[in-house]
Order: sequence, then structure tokens, then C-alpha cells
Amino acid sequence: MLRTALRNVLAHKARLLMTTLAVLLGVAFVSGTLVFTNTISDAYQKSSEKGFAGVDVAITPDRDSDDDTGNPGEAPRLGQRVLDRAAQVPGAASVTGSVSGYTALSEKDGDLLGDGFSNLGGNYYPDKSGKDPRYTMTDGRAPKAAGEVALDARSAERGHYTVGDTIRVSVDGPVRKQKVVGVFRTDDGNVAAGGSLALFDTPTAQRLFAKPGQFDEIDVKAAAGTSQTALKSAIDKVLPKEAQAETGQKLADDQAEQIKESMSGMQTGMLVFAGIALFVGIFIIANTFTMLVAQRTRELALMRAVGATRRQVTRSVLIEATVVGAIAAVTGLAAGVGIGAGLRSLLNATGATVPDGPLVVDTNTVLVSLAVGIVVTVFAAWLPGRRAAKIPPVAAMNSVHAPPSTRGLVVRNTIGAILAAGGAALVLAGASMGMDGKGFMGMGAAVLVIGVFVLTPLLSRPLIAAAAPLLRAFGMPGKLARQNAVRNPRRTAATASALMVGLTLITGMTVIAGSVQKGIDKMATDALKSDFVVSMGGFDGQRPLSPDVARTIAELPEVTASSPLRTSASRIDGDTEYLTGVNGKSITDLVGLDFETGSFSGLSGNKAVVDDEMAKDNGWKVGSTIPLTYEDGRRGTLTVQGVYDGNEMISGIMLDAAALTPHMSTVADTQVMVKTKGGASDETKDVLEKALGDNPAIQVQTKKDISEGIAQAFTLMLNMLYGLLAMAVIVAVLGVINTLAMSVFERSQEIGMLRAIGLDRRGIKRMVRLESLVISLFGGVLGLGLGVFFGWAAGEMIANGMPTYELVLPWGRMAIFLALAAFVGVLAALWPARRAAKLNMLAAIKAE
Amino acid sequence: MTTTPSGVETAARPTTAAARATDLSKVYGQGETQVIALDAVSVEFRQAEFTAIMGPSGSGKSTLMHCMAGLDTVSSGSTRIGDVELTALKDKKLTQLRRDKIGFIFQAFNLLPTLNAIENITLPMDIAGRKADQAWLDRVVETVGLSGRLKHRPNQLSGGQQQRVAVARALAGKPDIIFADEPTGNLDSRSGAEVLGFLRNSVRELGQTVVMVTHDPVAASYADRVVFLADGRIVDELHDPTAEAVLDRMKRFDAKGRTS
Repeated sequence: MLRTALRNVLAHKARLLMTTLAVLLGVAFVSGTLVFTNTISDAYQKSSEKGFAGVDVAITPDRDSDDDTGNPGEAPRLGQRVLDRAAQVPGAASVTGSVSGYTALSEKDGDLLGDGFSNLGGNYYPDKSGKDPRYTMTDGRAPKAAGEVALDARSAERGHYTVGDTIRVSVDGPVRKQKVVGVFRTDDGNVAAGGSLALFDTPTAQRLFAKPGQFDEIDVKAAAGTSQTALKSAIDKVLPKEAQAETGQKLADDQAEQIKESMSGMQTGMLVFAGIALFVGIFIIANTFTMLVAQRTRELALMRAVGATRRQVTRSVLIEATVVGAIAAVTGLAAGVGIGAGLRSLLNATGATVPDGPLVVDTNTVLVSLAVGIVVTVFAAWLPGRRAAKIPPVAAMNSVHAPPSTRGLVVRNTIGAILAAGGAALVLAGASMGMDGKGFMGMGAAVLVIGVFVLTPLLSRPLIAAAAPLLRAFGMPGKLARQNAVRNPRRTAATASALMVGLTLITGMTVIAGSVQKGIDKMATDALKSDFVVSMGGFDGQRPLSPDVARTIAELPEVTASSPLRTSASRIDGDTEYLTGVNGKSITDLVGLDFETGSFSGLSGNKAVVDDEMAKDNGWKVGSTIPLTYEDGRRGTLTVQGVYDGNEMISGIMLDAAALTPHMSTVADTQVMVKTKGGASDETKDVLEKALGDNPAIQVQTKKDISEGIAQAFTLMLNMLYGLLAMAVIVAVLGVINTLAMSVFERSQEIGMLRAIGLDRRGIKRMVRLESLVISLFGGVLGLGLGVFFGWAAGEMIANGMPTYELVLPWGRMAIFLALAAFVGVLAALWPARRAAKLNMLAAIKAE
Repeated sequence: MTTTPSGVETAARPTTAAARATDLSKVYGQGETQVIALDAVSVEFRQAEFTAIMGPSGSGKSTLMHCMAGLDTVSSGSTRIGDVELTALKDKKLTQLRRDKIGFIFQAFNLLPTLNAIENITLPMDIAGRKADQAWLDRVVETVGLSGRLKHRPNQLSGGQQQRVAVARALAGKPDIIFADEPTGNLDSRSGAEVLGFLRNSVRELGQTVVMVTHDPVAASYADRVVFLADGRIVDELHDPTAEAVLDRMKRFDAKGRTS
């Protein structure tokens, strides 16, 4: 049996090629993901370990989270006294105090230097020898006085800065011109990952980021012979209540754990897409083995006739599948290692620098990849194997040219209809349940896809018949192509389904993303009556803005109304709630909120407005008083003067900034809203930007800019998803090629006859190409239909939690997807069509 | 041996050639493994004549037909359909010629299973994008006796009926010549006789030209003329043959083949 199976694999090399490729691609995706994520994770861990090399014990500010009596604001930072005490602890060799914060560097043309995801500033803390062990100066010297700055080597190179240049730097708003005095190298993780780092001398950094004389973190290095734990317990004794110590080892471990966790999230995400590609591959494998079994009917029957048992016949097919799976898995693994390495260099090339490290291929990766390849192939070949066993021995005697049967389809259609209806019902039920319906919807979607897959043979006839008028334009080849496409409904269905899966996902995600984007856009801009929003740059947009910015803006003659959004923590009823300070006089001109009761007007003193949800939870009404503790620990009360409809963007308690500011230790705004005389024009924008000193860190955005920013984020996300789903589409293309190649092979006599009676090569090619086109478009239409349905259903669910959600059908994109399906069809037909056209007529006619 | 020069005793028949081969040779392979399938064959098929090509397996009879029908390339010599020299034609022109001037009937797998009988019959014209001559089509269909079965698919027809569809297809386009390659090879004797009868009728009544390759003396006896091939050469010719006469000749070749 084993020998027969091996011979069969060898005999059908060409026909198994596409199957092998499909499995190979899936396995390569899996192993590539594992290799890539393991490698990156390993590199980051090593780099973070290096970063903690000089730290034996780290002291950080601490707040007892159960402590309700302290101030609700930020924990106090570490003072010079803590540092001095730590330095005197026995076993402490040296102490480094560090302070850091957001620091935007400007390129020479005024743009933000770096990609905005990590722009940090820190302090250079010289030890006894006058050097900071964390940083190695490669050029110039360390910053010593206010107005001096040192840059990390990559940022200096990227911005073309050398020692002696002047660079514009911004920390919380105002622009400072600093002199570049040095360039340094460091093992700091953020820098290794491509972020920028600027170093100031310690007093300057403290002034910029914290209060003078305070630190974010104090690192202690142990003297020779003192263990980290011993040093920690010694330090614990002298620490004040609001500080805590950790050993460097623990910190490194924690960070490693964190890296691993975030990488495993990414890994899972990518593996999901690898799984989709493999799922699509299953269709192709099943298709191939079904055909191989059909072609070998007589041979298999002969084996049965000479005494092979059913089980042996099945086993011979499965052994064949195992061999194919193993070959594909091994080559796939090798390809995956290549992909892993390639992805890393790709990341490096795009600027997102990954720390160097060896390529990691662990046993787990190897085992998982091999298992996935073999299990998937054998699983897909199982049904054809069973079918092979059902061939009666007498089939060996008959001349077999069994017409494609539609008999078995009755059962199939019944099952398909039940599954599809059940799945659709579940999806609809899920959609009506809001976010709680997620489980229902997921399950329903899976069942519906399977149902539709089971139904595709039935659907293929009417849907492909619908294409008849179009095909008629191509004359006889068009007609033959249409008939060939429905000749073996099962095979056409499996081929189209493979494509359908990819397109369903792509369409569904596009619909959801487009709709959610619209929803978020509306949420962000509907309530916005201001012309401009000024905020700090960067990805989160929540970095603190100096109050100077709001002041500067308010004084401009072009500005008719402006208000900061100033956030401060408070405690109400034992819970931390954030208060938002706004300009009570102008806020009505800047924000358009729907008030259930009361209004914004005359917001001052201890009057406040709250969102509807909060009001309901706490039983507040207009006129209610809210007792609270401010950030600085002082107590007070607020009186509710209005209840508004909150959303994801605007919610919580709002009061006049003038009443809130005195309680804040560090006054900072998240954004400033501005209304101007000229409205949102480029000229006015220029005026605002100039007034703020052409600051690289500050964004001045119009409503349109905000919408564009949101759109950009969604486009980026969608493009990533498209990229990941591309693999599933490629596998589907292989499937179409496979089906066509087999069709051409099976129909070589027919093709020879057609050539003989006068269909020229072009006609033959066109016939094969059109068949491919019809099958692909069939899959494409099914995919689009299902995708829109899922997009709509998921949207119904999302809409429950997002009132501004609005279904957006991306017609343009959908047309592109359909065109893509058509392109896939034409592309897949290239090789089979050529083969068909080159077929030797005489050999084809003679062959029986 | 001598090849009877063509057109000697054909006073009663039209003398124009529907197809003609001159010094036609076909060689497969090279050097040691070289096989000469046709060795400088010259032959002519007259219009409105039913010619059978006979010979033992490997005699080159099918090769001759394939070369003359433009299905295969020749090594040397020339072959014409009417006035058209086939060896000078590129694939595209050759395909058009086959489509417009030649009808084909093969031993098996003659029909497209996806098309019904009438669609199969008009297939060459549909490929060409031409409209069929309805009156002629009706006559052809009636002649082959398929009137009631035009909407049937090939798998709903018997072998004989399928072959009759193929005959009708070959006739429908009014080709200059019909080539039939063992048309009765897969049929029982009654169906075979029917098909051969239609072929003969098409020559007698419709003025069609038919060239048929066969190894069956009974089939050959339906022809007006039998050309005998052996070892890639034309070795003999019979006019108005009977099955016995053909069988007789064949036996002689066999004997010769064994003794020489």
C-alpha cells in the first residue's frame, strides 16, 4: 500500500504541485509568523536586558492604590532627599536620578523629527567620573547648562544635525532653541526601536519635565559583593512611603514578560490570518484529491477487486496526502524562515528599527509548522479518501466515463439550506443584541459561510447563467466556457468558495471600517463648533499642552472665542473621576452638545455640567450638589446646571477652568479649541501656527484635518488587513489554476476535437480564460454579498454602542474587489490556457 | 509495385480533385529511431467520390489522412485542399481552412457533452460566427434521421446516434471534403452500417466528397474506391469494391508482409 501511494505521488507530480504550493504557503505563513515574532521578541528582550544592565535597584514613586485619603492627583515624584538617602545605603556604589518626558525635536524645515510614536527627552546624570554610564558620547560632549542638548545618533543623522547646530525643541508647548553639544549612543529600548531621545543637563530636564529637584526614577548600582536583593532590602528601610524599590532583575523580567505578551498578541493576530489561508487551502487540497480519486476510479476498483479492503484504499489515499503534506510542510517551513528574516529587514528598511539579534527558529516553530502542514492535508484528503473506498470492485470492469452527477446534490442542498438559514438567523439575532451578541454573530457567521459553501454547487447554475448575456459577446468560446464552468458543480463550487472566503473577509472589513470611520468622524466633528483644535502631536494626542498656548491664542486678534480642555483628577464618592475645565464664557461657541436639561451658558464658579450616563448612575439632576475632593486634596462641592448627551469623545464633568486651575499642581491642557473671524482657512491656520512659534510638537487642526487624520488611521489599518488577507487570495488563485489545469487535462480530447473542427488557438485560450473568469467572478460575487451582509450585521451590533454609526457601502472599493476577482481569474488562466492551446490535437483525439 | 495513376478510368465522374498529395513524406524522430510514416505518397481524392484508405496498423493510413486534413505537419512534399497549398499555411489560416472547407468524423469522442445534438451539429458554423443554411440543415438532419432527437445531449443518445450527429456536423457546413477516421470503429455492425450508408448517400445524393480511413473491409466496401497503404506507400487501388475483394487484397498484403 505504501509503495502504491508513493508511486501515485510521483506519477501525479504536476497535478499535486498546486496542492503542495497551497499547503506550502499556509505553512510558510505560520512558520514565518512564529520565526518573526520570536526573533523580534528575543531581540527586544536582549535589548531591554542591556538597558537594565546598569540598574541593580530602581526606585520609583508609589501610590498606595487603596489609599483614599491622599490627594487624587498624580503621585509625588522623588525628591533629592530620597536620592541622597539611597546613595548612603551600605552596598550602594553609585546612584543615578533620571527624569524624562515628551520632547519633540524639529527637523531643519520645521517638521517633527522621527515618526511621532516615541519622542522622548531625558537628563544626563554624570557619576563620580563625570560620565553617565547609560549614554556613550560619540561626538561632542554631554549637556552641562540650560540651552544645551545632546541627540541620539540616529536622530542626529536623520535630521542632519551635527555638534554646533541649533535645534528647535518643544516639551509642552513653547519652542526652545537649543544648541546641539553632543551626539550619543545608547541601549535604551525606545531608541533601539526607532524613537528619538534628547538629553538635557539634570536641572534643565527637571525644570522641563517635573518640578525642580525631583526625579521620575532613581537607579542604584550595587557595590561589588552586594546582591540586588540585599541592596533592595537595605534601600527599602530608608524609603519614604511614597516610593518603592525593585531589583533590576525583576524589572528586566517584567519588561521581558510585557514584551512577550505584546508579541504574543501580534502573533495570535497573524496566525489567525495564516489560519484563514490554510482554511482556503483545504478547499484546494480536497478538490485535488477528489479529482485524483475520480481519475483513478478504475485502478482503485481493480485494487478492491484483487482483494484490498475499503480501509486499505482509504489509507492509500491518506498516505499519499501525508507524503504531500510532509513535503509541503518542510519546504513551507524553510520558506517561513526566509519570510521571517525578510520581514525583519523589511521593518528595518521602513525605518521602524528593530534591535539586532539572531534569527530564532525554536523547536516549537518546527513542530507546529510540520504538524499544521500534515494535519491540514490529511484532513482535507479524508473525504476523498472515504469516497475512494466506496468505489465498487465492479467499476474496474466498466468503461467509466461517468457523467457529472447532480444526484447527490439534493442531500447537500438540504443541509446547505439549513446551515445557511441557521447561520443567518444567528447573525441577525446577534445583530439585534448589541455588543452582547458577539458570540452569536461569530458563530452564525461561521455557520453561514459553511452553509453557503455547501450551497455553492446549487448557486453556481443560476448565478453563472446570469453571466450568459455577457459571455454571448465572446461567441462560441464564451458559450463553451459557461457550460464548462457548471459542468462539475462541486469542483467549481470548491474553487469559487476558496476565493469567496478571502473576499468575504476583505469586503466585510472594508464595510465595517468605513462605517466605523464615518461614525468616529461624526462623533469627533459633529459636536465641534470651533474652527481649529490645537493639541500636541504624536499618536495619542493626549500629551499635556502648556497653559501658555491657550493664553497666547486667546490674545490673538483673529480669535473670537477659545477654550482649553484642562483635565484634573478628583475623587467623588471614593472613585476617581476626571474633571474637565473649560472656558465657561466661550464654550457654547465652541462645542455643540445636546442638553437633556439645563445648558452650558453661564458656566462659572462651582457650577458644572455632567453627561447623561453619569447623571443617571449617580442620580444627579439639575440643581444636585456633588461633594468632591480636588487633586490637591481640598474638598468642595459642584452644583449640576445641565445634563448633556455624552459620547466616546466628550463625557464626564465639565466646569469653568478658572475654578479648577487653582487646584492643579501642574497646569496642562489636552487641547485648545479656537474659533476665529475668518473661519477655518489656511491663512488663519498659518497665523495660529506662527503665533505658537511654528512649533513642531503642536498640531493645529481644522475639522477637515481631524477627519483626514481619522481616515488615515483607518486606511493604514485596512491596508495592513488587506496585506494579511492577500495570502488567502493567493492561495485561492492557486486553486483556480489547479482547477483549470485539471479541466484542461480532463478535456484534452474535447479540446483536440474543437481544434480539429476549426476553433483556433485564440479561441481555445479564450474559452479557458472565460471559464476561469466566470468561476472567479462567481466566487467574487458570493464573497461581496456575504461580506456586505456581515458588515451590515456587525454594524448593527456596533451601532448599539455608537449612536453616530452609519452604514457606509464602499461602492468604489467593491467594484475594485470585483475587478480584482476578475483579474485573479484571468491571471490564473494564463498557464492552463496556454497549455490548452498548445495541446497536440492528434494525441488528444487518439488518446482514450 | 506500381501505383495506379489517378484519373485514368474516370470518364463518368467529374475529374476535379478535392484534395491532392504530391510526394508527401512524414518522418518521425531522427537517426537510429527514425520512423518513416509516409514515404513520398502521391494521391488524389476526386470530388463527389467516396474513397476509403485501407492498410494494416502502422501502414501510415491515419497519418496520411491527418496530413491531408491539415491536422498534422508534413516533412516534405505538398498537400492541397482544392487550390490551397496546406504546407504554406500558418496555424491560424489552417484552422480557418479546417473550419470552413473540411468536415471531420472521428472514431470516438466526437461530440461536446455540454451541447445538445443540434448545437453539436452547428458547432463549426457557430465557431466561425456564421449562420447555418436552414434548408440544408433540415435536409442533412433528415438524411441522418435525427429529427426527433435534436435537443438530446450526447449522453442521452446511443453510440450510433452520436456518430450520426457527427456525420451531420461534418455535412452541415457543406465542406469541400469530409475526412472520417475509423468512423465505425466503436459501433456495433448495425449502427456502423447505418453511418456508412449515410456517408455513401451524402456522396451519391448530396455530391459530397468523403475520405475514410478504416481497417474494416466491410466498411471499405461502401466506398467508390479503395486505396491500399503499406509501410508508408500506396500499394494498390480498387474501384467499386466488394467486401470480399477488399479482404482478398488485404490477405495478400499480410502474406507478403510475412514472407518478405
